[in-house]
Formats: sequence, structure tokens, C-alpha cells
Amino acid sequence: MNYLYAAYAATWIIHIAYLGLLARRYARLRQEIEELKKK
Amino acid sequence: MKRAFPILSVVTALLLAYALYQALVVAPTERTMGDVQRIFYYHVPSFAVSFVFFALSLLGSIAFLGYRHGNPGRAQLADALALAGAEVGVVFCTIVLVTGPLWARPVWGIWWTWDLRLTLTLVLWLIYVAYLILRKFSTSGQTPVIAAVLAIFGALDVPLVYFSIWFFRTQHPQPVMGGGGSIDPRMLHAFFINLVAFSCFGALVCWSRYRFEIARRDVEDRQALEGMMEAGASR
Repeated sequence: MNYLYAAYAATWIIHIAYLGLLARRYARLRQEIEELKKK
Repeated sequence: MKRAFPILSVVTALLLAYALYQALVVAPTERTMGDVQRIFYYHVPSFAVSFVFFALSLLGSIAFLGYRHGNPGRAQLADALALAGAEVGVVFCTIVLVTGPLWARPVWGIWWTWDLRLTLTLVLWLIYVAYLILRKFSTSGQTPVIAAVLAIFGALDVPLVYFSIWFFRTQHPQPVMGGGGSIDPRMLHAFFINLVAFSCFGALVCWSRYRFEIARRDVEDRQALEGMMEAGASR
């Protein structure tokens, strides 16, 4: 049973980590767009 | 699509929750492997979805190579699609490579074996990781062309991975569906619901990544233009 939970947890950790990475990239891009607008 | 995105996200989240319920509660326990067999409901759909995104990357790469001289605008879109497909494909392939050993340890007694399918899947993952590293760190103007060729080579590994268990003797389990085996309908239902749920989830993530890539390139172009204008003004 532990292997089953480990596999399901690993799947969601990988997906959430990737979504977090995407969100961080979006935030950085939004900041760059704001800087461009200010110029 | 912008308005539909939040609705589709909610629907996908509900579908994923329902798929999890089907995999952990509704699907019966397999007789020989026990509960650990339920790993298949995540492992196999992730495997199938990774193939779809590598195929998308292949199509984007071919389109990029085809359009790059005649239609640079379309070539950029195709290149962005190839990159998004490769990145999401790598995420799903990573899940395959993590959940596979977690199933193999209690069933085979080992985490890993240099079996043909396992090795080819690892090679596939390494090719696409190399692709992403190339995209991230190379500043050469030829990077998209080299990356497109690499993605095409990587995609050639996909049919080898898929057919390896059909044509060679491997330790990897043979397919139950289409392989002459029988399966409990509840197991089949849990499998297909997970396949649909992860396909929808992957499609949404890939769409976000694609839109992000287009926006990022637009910002980069504008920054380059600003830089050129500033340099022109200072002369």
C-alpha cells in the first residue's frame, strides 16, 4: 500500500511542481510586460 | 479560449478527482498483485499522454522546418507548439519513470532492470530533456533548427518504445487490452476515466505553456526593438 501512495503522491508532486514553475515564469513575464509599458 | 479556460480547468479538476476515486475505491483489487496494481491507473495513462505530447512536438518541429523560410510567423507558432509539447511530454514521461519502479519494487523485487522497454523509455526521456536544455541555454540563431531535428529524432524512439513489448521478449507486462487478456469492466472504466482526465489536464497545461511561449517571444521582440530604438536615439 505504501508504494501505491508513494506513486500517487509522486505524480501529484511532479505536476504541482511543474505548475508552480509555470506560474513563476508567468509572474516574471508579467513583470517584464509592466516594465515595457512604463517606458 | 481565454473565457473557457477557467471553466475547463474546473471540469478537469472534477474529472481528476472522480478518476482518483475510481482508481482507489471503485476499481477492484487485482488478485495477484494486490493494491499495488492500482499504480497502473496513473502509470499507463501518463505513458499514453506523454506519447501524445511528443507526437505534438514532432508535428510542431516538422511544421517549423517546413515554414521557416516561407512563413516565419507560422514557423514561430509551430516552434512554440513543439516546445510546449516537448515540455509537457517530459513531465508525463518523468511520472512514468517514477511510478514504474514504485510498481516494480514490490512486484518484481527490484526497482529497475535494463529491460528493452524501460531502457528505451529512459532514452526517450533523456533525448527530450536534452532538447529542453538546448532550448534553455543555447543562444545560437540555429537553436530552433537543431532542436527541431532533435525532436524528430526523439519521436523516432516513440514507436520503438511502444512496440518493444510486442516484438521482443521483455520483463515489462504485456498489454491486457488488445493482447488477448481479459479485464474487469470496473478496472477498464477506472483506466479510461484516468486516461481522459490526464489527457484533459495535459491539454490545458500544454495550452498554457504554448500561450506563455508566444507571449514571451512577443516580449523579447519588443525588448529588442526598444533596445534598438534607444541605441538609435543615443547616436
